[in-house]
Amino acid sequence: MKKLHNLITTTVIALSLVSGYTLAQTPEEKGLAIAKERKARDFGWGDSTAKAEMILRNAKGQQTVRKMKIKALEIADDGDKALTIFQQPRDVKGTAFLSFSHSVKSDEQWMYLPALKRVKRIASRNKSGPFMGSEFAFEDLSSFEIEKYTYKYIKDDTVNGELSFVVELDPVDKNSGYTRQLVWIDQSHYRAQKVEFYDRKNSLLKTLTSFEYKLYLDKYWRPSKQTMLNHQTQKSTDYVIYELAFQKGLKEKDFNKATLKRAK
Amino acid sequence: MTLWRTLSIAMVVLSSTTVFAETQLSVKAAAEYRNFFQNPLNVQQTDNQLSLFVEPEIYYSWNDNLDSITFKAFYRWDNEDDERTHADIRELMWLHVGDDWELRTGIGSVFWGQTESAHLVDVINQTDGVEAIDGEDKLGQPMLNLTLIRDWGNVDLFILPGFRDRTFPGENGRLRPLLTIDTDNPIYQSSDEDNHIDFAARWSHSIDVWELGVSYFKGTSREAAFEATIINEEIVLQPYYQQISQIGVDLLAVLDSWIYKFEGIYRDTNEADNYFALITGFEYTLVGVFDSVYDIGWLMEYQFDERGKDSLSNGQNDLLFGARWVFNDVDGTEVLIGIIQDLDYSNSQSAFVEASSRIDDNWKWRLDARFFNSSNILDITYNIRKDDHVEFSLEYYF
Repeated sequence: MKKLHNLITTTVIALSLVSGYTLAQTPEEKGLAIAKERKARDFGWGDSTAKAEMILRNAKGQQTVRKMKIKALEIADDGDKALTIFQQPRDVKGTAFLSFSHSVKSDEQWMYLPALKRVKRIASRNKSGPFMGSEFAFEDLSSFEIEKYTYKYIKDDTVNGELSFVVELDPVDKNSGYTRQLVWIDQSHYRAQKVEFYDRKNSLLKTLTSFEYKLYLDKYWRPSKQTMLNHQTQKSTDYVIYELAFQKGLKEKDFNKATLKRAK
Repeated sequence: MTLWRTLSIAMVVLSSTTVFAETQLSVKAAAEYRNFFQNPLNVQQTDNQLSLFVEPEIYYSWNDNLDSITFKAFYRWDNEDDERTHADIRELMWLHVGDDWELRTGIGSVFWGQTESAHLVDVINQTDGVEAIDGEDKLGQPMLNLTLIRDWGNVDLFILPGFRDRTFPGENGRLRPLLTIDTDNPIYQSSDEDNHIDFAARWSHSIDVWELGVSYFKGTSREAAFEATIINEEIVLQPYYQQISQIGVDLLAVLDSWIYKFEGIYRDTNEADNYFALITGFEYTLVGVFDSVYDIGWLMEYQFDERGKDSLSNGQNDLLFGARWVFNDVDGTEVLIGIIQDLDYSNSQSAFVEASSRIDDNWKWRLDARFFNSSNILDITYNIRKDDHVEFSLEYYF
């Protein structure tokens, strides 16, 4: 009887060891699980309106300010829709940018030029290009979607005083300007605290740091300020958000070419 | 009670009863200097031109932005050309936004089309021809415009009461035919003259990588033909405006780094033969050339007009090749260069350079240069073969 009991115990231990082994995640699985949790925690925000400033600094510290208004709409199972209206510099005042970002296929983008009253479709191939002369590329500003990357968990690390997962994101789209991104996602709320962007030659190009996360609708965390530093040029851009508000009742019909033409 | 006081009270009442109201003011102004390199064909014509313009705009919205009024005025002063000194109401428009429709009542501008070298399907507004030779400046058009927003596309319906005569450079101006164009004595085919009411409609839609548009216009042609006449013992050209109906199609497709463009029209003139015209081409953009942040776009467009050498258009059988250099810098610097070769007249070419950049948040400089070559008297470019010029502008925005 004792023998039988031992046998069973040994078997149970052996089985649990086997299953324990299979339950342990690969770095890829763990990275994907973290990304999914990050997305899940941010699901359901609906729509938002905000005012934003971009403060562009060159290597000598000289500043230029961009001002804009942003409306965004969450689209379940796909990328978000966004309408950006420029206010400063004054020569582009009234210029508006409509984007439908997609998780798999190419984004759709239109620009409205008020002097000509012209809506121009733009090639989304420009995703790696700078947004308004800033250190942010178009792709840095589009919504985070699971399908845009493959993932690999690297290690745990503390950044901005937050214990974080460090996850490597490899872009799926060959038009991305990056070979990979390293993202520090804090373990308390799954917020991106820091992102390192590596260029096509795999050298460190830029670092994005997020500051002053605020909680909206008791669920959604948003940084008040993000700083993008270009290590190769020493230029930087601060992206500051004001008057951010959620669930203002925006619908799909507020994001089309007709609304783009009358955006003010 | 003065009118002003009545208006102020009306505004106060209006704004106090509204949910949310907003006013935006903006101004664009510029000083421009043009220098022509060659002696003019006509001794009256100038070699140097100094010009100033101002374009203030006021926007007022109420009813949670569902109603708005935009007023945009324009005034240009030119030190040489009296015809170029002119004023216009570019926009005075009341916009009302419904659930899936929009109604615009007043004076305004509308742009249709996809191509760059010319705008065939774009027929709502008259060209303000004294402004620039590219024809992209437009005169305000009185209109009633209903837009229907549907899942299968947007439909625009227009009633266009009142016709605007095209503006042309005067006696002292360059970039005109040898004979002066008598803009004071136009001829209209319609007995309603410039009071003819025109109609237009357009369906446009975006499907995946495609932009599609189909349009119809019936009314007074914005394009002027000319009749030589003797007025006050001088031979002048009188603009002649036909009645036309026109169907237009415009297409655009985005395929990776390529944008394909097409515009075609079929025009029924009921006087001469019906004809079609088209423009087609592509723009290919290289992003981040030479490991930099610069973009270079290559443009090629072919223009064709069935009327051939009898066409009123320059682009009856022409090929444009161009390059756009976008610096993606803080100042938004861009340079566009292009050359247009006429395939009917091998000695006819034109070339252009357009460059601009910001100086600071309010100031911008712009440089435009144009060169024309033609040796055949039947070619439209022949009229302006001595009008090579460079124009420098200092622009102010608020």
